[in-house]
Amino acid sequence: MGIVSPGFSGRRRSADERLPPGQYLVNDFPVLSAGPTPHVDTGKWEFQITTETGQTHRWDWEAFRALPADEPTVDIHCVTKWSKFATHWRGVSLDTLLAGVETSAGFVTARSYGGYTTNLPLADLVDGQAWVAYDYEGEPLEAEHGGPARLLVPHLYFWKSAKWLQGIDLSDHDTPGFWESLGYHNYGDPWREQRYWGD
Amino acid sequence: MAALRDETATARTIVLDVPQWPGHLPGQHVDVRLTAQDGYSTERSYSIASASMDAKLELTVQRLMDGEVSPYLTQTLAVGYPLELRGPIGGWFVWDPDGGSDPAGATAPAAPTPVLLVAGGSGVVPLMAMIRARAEAGNRAPFRLIYSVRDPSAILYGDELTKRERAGDGLEVTYVYTRSAPPGSSVPTGRINAAVLTSAGWPVEASPAVFVCGPTGFVEAVADLLVRVGHDPRAIKTERFGPTGGQR
Repeated sequence: MGIVSPGFSGRRRSADERLPPGQYLVNDFPVLSAGPTPHVDTGKWEFQITTETGQTHRWDWEAFRALPADEPTVDIHCVTKWSKFATHWRGVSLDTLLAGVETSAGFVTARSYGGYTTNLPLADLVDGQAWVAYDYEGEPLEAEHGGPARLLVPHLYFWKSAKWLQGIDLSDHDTPGFWESLGYHNYGDPWREQRYWGD
Repeated sequence: MAALRDETATARTIVLDVPQWPGHLPGQHVDVRLTAQDGYSTERSYSIASASMDAKLELTVQRLMDGEVSPYLTQTLAVGYPLELRGPIGGWFVWDPDGGSDPAGATAPAAPTPVLLVAGGSGVVPLMAMIRARAEAGNRAPFRLIYSVRDPSAILYGDELTKRERAGDGLEVTYVYTRSAPPGSSVPTGRINAAVLTSAGWPVEASPAVFVCGPTGFVEAVADLLVRVGHDPRAIKTERFGPTGGQR
């Protein structure tokens, strides 16, 4: 237990097993971005997966939207300490996207329109754990929340769910992304409270 | 806590003695953790208001009506109370007063990069840390602050900003009032628009470093305007806080 704050009783008493340590529950959907919101025209949008041997798989918006989609309902956890329960998304599973991709890579870098990057082990993107999502709560995903399409990896802190996703690069090596180079944890498991370097 | 200072009717600066504070860059924040008698605890992030060289660490906290932590920090916390914090945190939304010089060591030092700060409400806090750090370091990078507030009573650090501007060392401050402006205000009442960003900010050709901080809607609108006017999106750094997102 930390230092007791004299006179503080707090508000949310019930220990909720769905809430990771250090998180609090919100009902709205806060925005966190490092810079201006890129506005990407779906007519020019393209999603790519590049393998460690340099092979590139591409989908334009029409082809991407024609892929079989899932409708996951997931809890999300932001490193700035808010969590939101039961968010509804529609998107394409990474299992679907990687089905025709030959790779033995261990790591991926997700790249975004606007230059953002984040790194993850490939194992965290497969087996029904991750999607490229384009609808949120039944509506097209708004640009400020990452539209046209964002990565959705709900079991890690939400900065790993790259907004404005442009591509995924597969690699044998793990390369720290944007926030991972600026003091934030390389893996980011909310249940182990891996917020910052050294956690 | 070493001291407190009311900035407005709803915002208070808390001054902390932090043993072994490692120093920080202006723009960084700390995580504050409150713990109740029964072990319940909760955390929020707050921007640092003081310059890195100050002996004491200052946070300015805006009280949120339905907040869980900010009412405690602005109303209950008293001098002598302990406060648990972690930091400094954040390596992106920062301005380094010792940086900006030519790393190649050319004989004629390059002109320092001009800086545009755009604040919405209590979003001025991390920007004030930059202004204070600039003065303390004797850095001469030209700074322009565009500060959007509801009305004059909501201004944080008003007297200090006036004094620093009068020092005439390259800081210019423009207030934009969203509800009611004092007589003689140079800018029409309302939201920040492209004309204000152009007249009170920097021309695109000056290639300023830009820092925008405020509520999400404010930051979205200002960052979009700056890009539309022609500023390089990569030169615009943003920090947002939602109604429930604490100071970040």
